[in-house]
Amino acid sequence: METTWFCLISLMIAVYVVLDGFDLGAGIIHLGVARTDAERRAVLASIGPVWDGNEVWLLAAGGTLYFAFPGLYAAGFSGFYLPLMIVLWLLILRGCAIEFRNHMESPVWAPFWDVVFSGASALLAVFFGAALGNVVRGVPLDASGWFFEPLWTNFRLGADAGILDWYTILVGIAAYFALTQHGALWVALRTQGELRERSRRVARWSGWGALILTLLVTWATFSIQPQVPRNFAAHPWGAVFPLLAVGGLAGVIAEVRRENADLGAFLASCAYLAGMLTSVVFGVYPYVLPACTNPAYSLTIYNASAAAYGLRVGFVWWVIGIALASGYFVFLYRHTAGRIESGGHGSH
Amino acid sequence: MEEALTLHRLHFAFTITFHYLFPQLTMGLALLILVLKTLAIRTGNEHYNRSARFWARVFGINFALGVVTGIPMEFQFGTNWAQFSRAAGGVIGQTLAMEGIFTFFLESSFLGLLLFGEKKLGPRGHWFASLMVFLGSWASGYLIVATDAWMQHPVGYTMGAQGEILLASFWGLLLNPWALWQYAHTMSGSVITASFVMAAIGAYYLLSGEHESYGRTFVRVGVIAGLVASLAQLFPTGDAQGRLVTEYQPATLAAMEGLFETQPGAPLVILGQPDVVKRKLDNPLEMPEMLSMLTYRRWGAEVRGLDSFPAKDWPDGIPVVYYSYHVMVGLGTIFVAILALAGIALWRGRLYGSRALLWTLLLSCPLPYIANTAGWITAETGRQPWLIYGLMRTAAGVSPKVSAGNAWFTLIGFMGLYMVLGILFLLLVGREIAHGPEPEAQG
Ligand code: HDD
Ligand code: HEM
Ligand code: HEM
Repeated sequence: METTWFCLISLMIAVYVVLDGFDLGAGIIHLGVARTDAERRAVLASIGPVWDGNEVWLLAAGGTLYFAFPGLYAAGFSGFYLPLMIVLWLLILRGCAIEFRNHMESPVWAPFWDVVFSGASALLAVFFGAALGNVVRGVPLDASGWFFEPLWTNFRLGADAGILDWYTILVGIAAYFALTQHGALWVALRTQGELRERSRRVARWSGWGALILTLLVTWATFSIQPQVPRNFAAHPWGAVFPLLAVGGLAGVIAEVRRENADLGAFLASCAYLAGMLTSVVFGVYPYVLPACTNPAYSLTIYNASAAAYGLRVGFVWWVIGIALASGYFVFLYRHTAGRIESGGHGSH
Repeated sequence: MEEALTLHRLHFAFTITFHYLFPQLTMGLALLILVLKTLAIRTGNEHYNRSARFWARVFGINFALGVVTGIPMEFQFGTNWAQFSRAAGGVIGQTLAMEGIFTFFLESSFLGLLLFGEKKLGPRGHWFASLMVFLGSWASGYLIVATDAWMQHPVGYTMGAQGEILLASFWGLLLNPWALWQYAHTMSGSVITASFVMAAIGAYYLLSGEHESYGRTFVRVGVIAGLVASLAQLFPTGDAQGRLVTEYQPATLAAMEGLFETQPGAPLVILGQPDVVKRKLDNPLEMPEMLSMLTYRRWGAEVRGLDSFPAKDWPDGIPVVYYSYHVMVGLGTIFVAILALAGIALWRGRLYGSRALLWTLLLSCPLPYIANTAGWITAETGRQPWLIYGLMRTAAGVSPKVSAGNAWFTLIGFMGLYMVLGILFLLLVGREIAHGPEPEAQG
């Protein structure tokens, strides 16, 4: 049951990254690719009806984590206190920027909200990447199962590491490029004319960036977290996850050159993100939070999980709930699909 | 550690109190929008659809603020109350996760359709979207109230070997009797908020002579819904909550009522100032034997005062509990009076012309927010010194490694950010009100 929940929560996080990833990415490129007010409204309209629902995947994954692995939720969230609070503030600012820009329609304030929206999106991408980096690298858990990390110390790995060190920053930058590409492909898919052309150009260069950083991060990960090579050696079938990522990235780079392959390129990017994330969780299993102090202090799916009864009943309602939620999502996305005219009027 | 504990409590109290300003309107308003949409379908009168569209816009702004302030709540159990989360997460995580999965997806998907999808969905489809938004927000209210109710009155659990609290009965948790009454009371409280807001904006339109046809609709719907809800707030829901507190949290009841001494035929205090050091109430204005009657349904029944509990089990903010409780009950009584007068005038056909009553409705708009907040402060401060009543002390629940300095930093950060949000929110809602619903002439 613990392994099932580990997989289900990883799945929810992967869905979150793929879905909220494109609206974060749209935020990152917002200032660069959309020059006029009409174009900016078109970018916002492309995510308008869906971004809030996408973010719910984060909340739902957080809630599921809470009841399935209360030990991880408690140690992780209090240990990452500061970066988590900063992420919350960025999410607040970003949500407000989207909503207020739509409601105010003022030539003075609109550019201000554009900057807030774009800046918060970019920082969030980096922070999410760095958070993932921390989970892979390990945190300074003590014998009682708690830790607290400052934002940074000396940027080196080791027992007194901070949230940001060279490795986690590297992962953060990789996430930035990956989401830039993902967002650019989404905007290209949903818009037309100049705006679409510029987005495709961004997707092209950020795709190369993502490729280089993926290689660097993979090399670094294999050298700093011994569990990762161990898992891939013990279970060679796990290679399907990195292969999915590689295939996805190759697909992006190939498709983005062709006219009229916007959907293919976007889906390839989804595969790339999902492949990267699943490779990571496959690599660290059964750890959920490795300790960089003493491996015996690590949190695993066994010592951080809730009791069997709760995990069993949870499974029943989880399946029903996620089936319903997927239904709404399919309905909502089909209902709002199609290219948006510059000027912000979608097909709804 | 003491300072850190106080800060974590303030942190939670500040962020949740701010969050609750928004859902209390949206939950009530979801019902009233559904009423307007239903009237539109029943009467075929486009006027009601235009009214619903106006309120859906106000709803949208509140919803956005509810969402952005709700996200930090979901994470604060882990960031600030880590020991509590490690011990109890297997239980309360269930209801919190269900809220995310069953209701937030529902609400956020259908709100998009309610706001943007009217043309495509057609009248019945759009009515259905408003029904789903209503169901989503009310189900969300239930699951979060059930979470709180479990902390007030834990049920359906067993203790594990290392002091962790294990879920033993899912249905026990979900159908906690405390949750059922608390839910009924909170929901009717949020209908009161929405009704007063709707009536106040209607009164404003009537007094200013703009959008008068809408003004009449808003005042009528607001007054009728508000009257029903504020009666339900006193009886049966408020009464039932009071009796649950009497039965399961007797020390809290004594603090709420300012009852220092155990006595038969205990009086109901209307006014007075508790002096915790001298253990007495100054300047009491009381109704003799009334408290015994209300709690035990018998004049002369004995009610336990604070003296029958050791001081370490007293809520640590007795004056806070006492005053917030009296503010809530006092305002509840005033609401019934105002709405009964307005209801009679409405029935006689005099309300729309009565400047005095319209002004009263307009000025009463903030009062339900105060009453709801005071109610929560009563419940949460009254629960002290327990975090989970009878099971875990508040001091035992905090995050062990988050220092006071870090908690100060984020508390100040939230205060600054929320102040800006509050100002922007008022600006936006002000614009919507000034702009008003679409003119009647349009199709
Ligand atoms: C418009 C808002 C409003 C109004 C007018 C009232 N209440 Fe209330 N009350 C609430 C809004 C509220 C609330 C915010 O919904 C609370 C906070 C937690 C809860 O369960 O509901 C609450 C809690 C609450 C509690 C529980 C306290 C605890 O758990 O320790 C009791 C005993 C009452 N109420 C009783 C009453 C009575 C007898 C009222 C009669 C006038 C009344 N309330 C009016
Ligand atoms: C239904 C969901 C809620 C849950 C699960 C919840 C839970 C908690 C927790 C964990 C604390 C911190 C521990 C403590 O000091 O007791 C707390 C404190 C507090 N909460 Fe709530 N709360 C909820 C709703 C609310 C609402 C809606 C309000 C106000 C509008 C509120 C007001 C407060 C206050 C004022 C405190 C501080 C009490 C004190 O420290 O004396 N709560 N609550
Ligand atoms: C500690 C307690 C609480 C937590 C963890 C919490 C969490 C959240 C979260 C994460 C959201 C955003 C949902 C989205 O993205 O759509 C939200 C919104 C909402 N919350 Fe809370 N909340 C708490 C207290 C309350 C209380 C006490 C109520 C009502 C009784 C409530 C009712 C709602 C409703 C109806 C919404 C929908 C948005 C809106 O209508 O404004 N919440 N909450």
